[in-house]
Amino acid sequence: MKHLGKIAATAAIALGALAGTANAQQSTLDAVKAKGFVQCGVNTGLAGFSAPDSQGVWKGLDVDMCRGVAAAVFGDANKVRYTGLTAQQRFTALQSGEVDILARNTTWTLARDTSLGLDFVAVNFYDGQGFMVKRTLNVKSAKELNGATVCVQPGTTTELNLADYFRANRMQFRPVVIEKLEEVVAAYLAGRCDAYTTDASGLASTRSAQGANANQHIILPEIISKEPLGPAVRHGDNKWADIVRWTFNVMVEAEEMGLTSGNIDSKMNDPNPGVQRLVGKTGDMGKMLGLENNWSYNIIKQVGNYGESYDRNVKPIGLERGVNELWSKGGIMYAPPVR
Amino acid sequence: MSDAAATLKSLPQSGGFNNSPLAQWVKANLFPNWWSTVITLVLTYFILKFLFGALSWSLFNAVWSIEGTDTEVCRELKGIGACWALIAEKHRFILFGTYPFQEHWRPALLIVVFLVLYGLSTVRALWNYWLGVVWAAGLLSIGILMWGGVFGLRFVEQERWGGLPITLMLATFGIALAFPLGILLALGRRSDMPAIKAICVAYIELIRGVPLISLLFMASVMLPLFLPEGLTIDKLLRAQIAIILFAAAYLAEVVRGGLQAIPKGQYEAADALGLSYWKKTGFIVLPQALKIVIPPLVNTFIGLFKDTSLVLIIGIYDLLNAAKTSTIEPKWQGFSIEAYVFVSIIYFVFCFAMSKYSQKIEAELSHTHKH
Repeated sequence: MKHLGKIAATAAIALGALAGTANAQQSTLDAVKAKGFVQCGVNTGLAGFSAPDSQGVWKGLDVDMCRGVAAAVFGDANKVRYTGLTAQQRFTALQSGEVDILARNTTWTLARDTSLGLDFVAVNFYDGQGFMVKRTLNVKSAKELNGATVCVQPGTTTELNLADYFRANRMQFRPVVIEKLEEVVAAYLAGRCDAYTTDASGLASTRSAQGANANQHIILPEIISKEPLGPAVRHGDNKWADIVRWTFNVMVEAEEMGLTSGNIDSKMNDPNPGVQRLVGKTGDMGKMLGLENNWSYNIIKQVGNYGESYDRNVKPIGLERGVNELWSKGGIMYAPPVR
Repeated sequence: MSDAAATLKSLPQSGGFNNSPLAQWVKANLFPNWWSTVITLVLTYFILKFLFGALSWSLFNAVWSIEGTDTEVCRELKGIGACWALIAEKHRFILFGTYPFQEHWRPALLIVVFLVLYGLSTVRALWNYWLGVVWAAGLLSIGILMWGGVFGLRFVEQERWGGLPITLMLATFGIALAFPLGILLALGRRSDMPAIKAICVAYIELIRGVPLISLLFMASVMLPLFLPEGLTIDKLLRAQIAIILFAAAYLAEVVRGGLQAIPKGQYEAADALGLSYWKKTGFIVLPQALKIVIPPLVNTFIGLFKDTSLVLIIGIYDLLNAAKTSTIEPKWQGFSIEAYVFVSIIYFVFCFAMSKYSQKIEAELSHTHKH
């Protein structure tokens, strides 16, 4: 079943790459303005990134990316329609024009950027593979895991990264390979493995799901792979790519400058030239993108800065900022200047 | 049961509890000799153990509500009791998906409309053109309810539909449209005209030869690439078409079974009366053929009703997918059993009703046949 899906998806993606060039002719911005909303492809359900809450309202870091673009284009962050996409559907949905932005925790790689008819425009979350162990094991670093049994899901880069890491560090391990997420977690909790490995965001959400028992598990500091997740748009429409890219950059820069959805109204007359540009008072930044000059004000006012979005969505799943902290605070989140 | 009754009669009848009919039945059927006694006791032990486990999980140890959003109460149970608070919190999401929260009365009313339509359709006295009128009116009201945009109802785009309405729509339209298509395919497959026969055989074999999942993938992933730019067919509609095409191929083979079971004399008698092909088929052959195949037809319908849940792989929030999504929020993670139990009860009610109704109609039709 899964195999079949992969074949269908691969065939469709190959076709889509051909179709992608044709689709790029029409300007996405004009099409979006004409229909009056941004069509956004998101994960069908991933805690912290995109999932509907009890009232059916979409929430998450990726969802905020889409809301930011809607705020920039229309001045109304609610002018977004969401299309839940599975892993197999995501690229063709973008290629065929079914969605305008793909904000679906997708790893930016060279192969995807070049051969799928799409362009990645930003990294809104730096993920990477990590390890979780029980506190009682008294392990402080992944380097101490020599000889450990490790629970892992098969068929993904996760499994390969695991083998590479242990080989590179001249350590032995025994993998316990289980296909389903719930079962692999259950196996780890039941003590069949010493450690459980997957992307750090996944580890954090599994850990926080343990409720009061969460502090019996620790996530080791080593991150053994790079998984930069970010939004993508169709290849060839640079104007639209610019809008999505700079929407994200505004959110990061607003955090650097201390602008939040709560205080931006009181900072309208702040003498700092950077702030003046961000609130749209000077610089004609919006015009250059083909938008209104208050585009960045709307993003910050209605969606908030990157830190606000992170705290609202990702922190509740138990994931600290880590590398996603601003560059000025020890992380690697860095945005080119809005000027 | 008839064996039991026979045994019962053969036993001597005298007074006292030990000789009461119940005691005798128990003795004759459950404890006739030592190995039957052992099997009875062992099975009784397991049945009681299972029943007690199920009841204590679902009732005695269950948490029915929590204060605010503090799910720690549920976690402290460590799985010995159900956390029905999840259903209390999420039932509207499971039933109606991402449909706007303030407008939930609309999909709720839609479910009522569907139930009324089903109810009316089961009354045989109403089986005439009025039923068609009622369905047309019902479908119109369903469209108005779900989309809105008229009579002061807010417009709700299709991406936001979800939950039970999606399941009912996919199943109802799937059955209603696949059935006639299936009959035509079955007739076509038995046609004397080579071209029609070849097309029908090819269609049936091709569709039956691939899994429903691959059809859904085709409809959802590949079809949009072939369409001209600017034209996008709604994702739900594409899934609906895939389900109809798939079900029609299976129904065609069921109907063909019925057609072949009709004695040749019936066809010849109709021909002898000088009836045209359509009259012969419509008045003589199909009424008899369909009556024969009611059990496999309903079997296929029930299968189709549950198959609609496969749309979760193309990201449509039907009942099952909504239930799955309801436990993604971190504080509700780990309570998926409760969500699945909740939706399985809903699936069971619909499937069981279909099964019961088919038994009733079978009995009625065989009754009329005998007279």
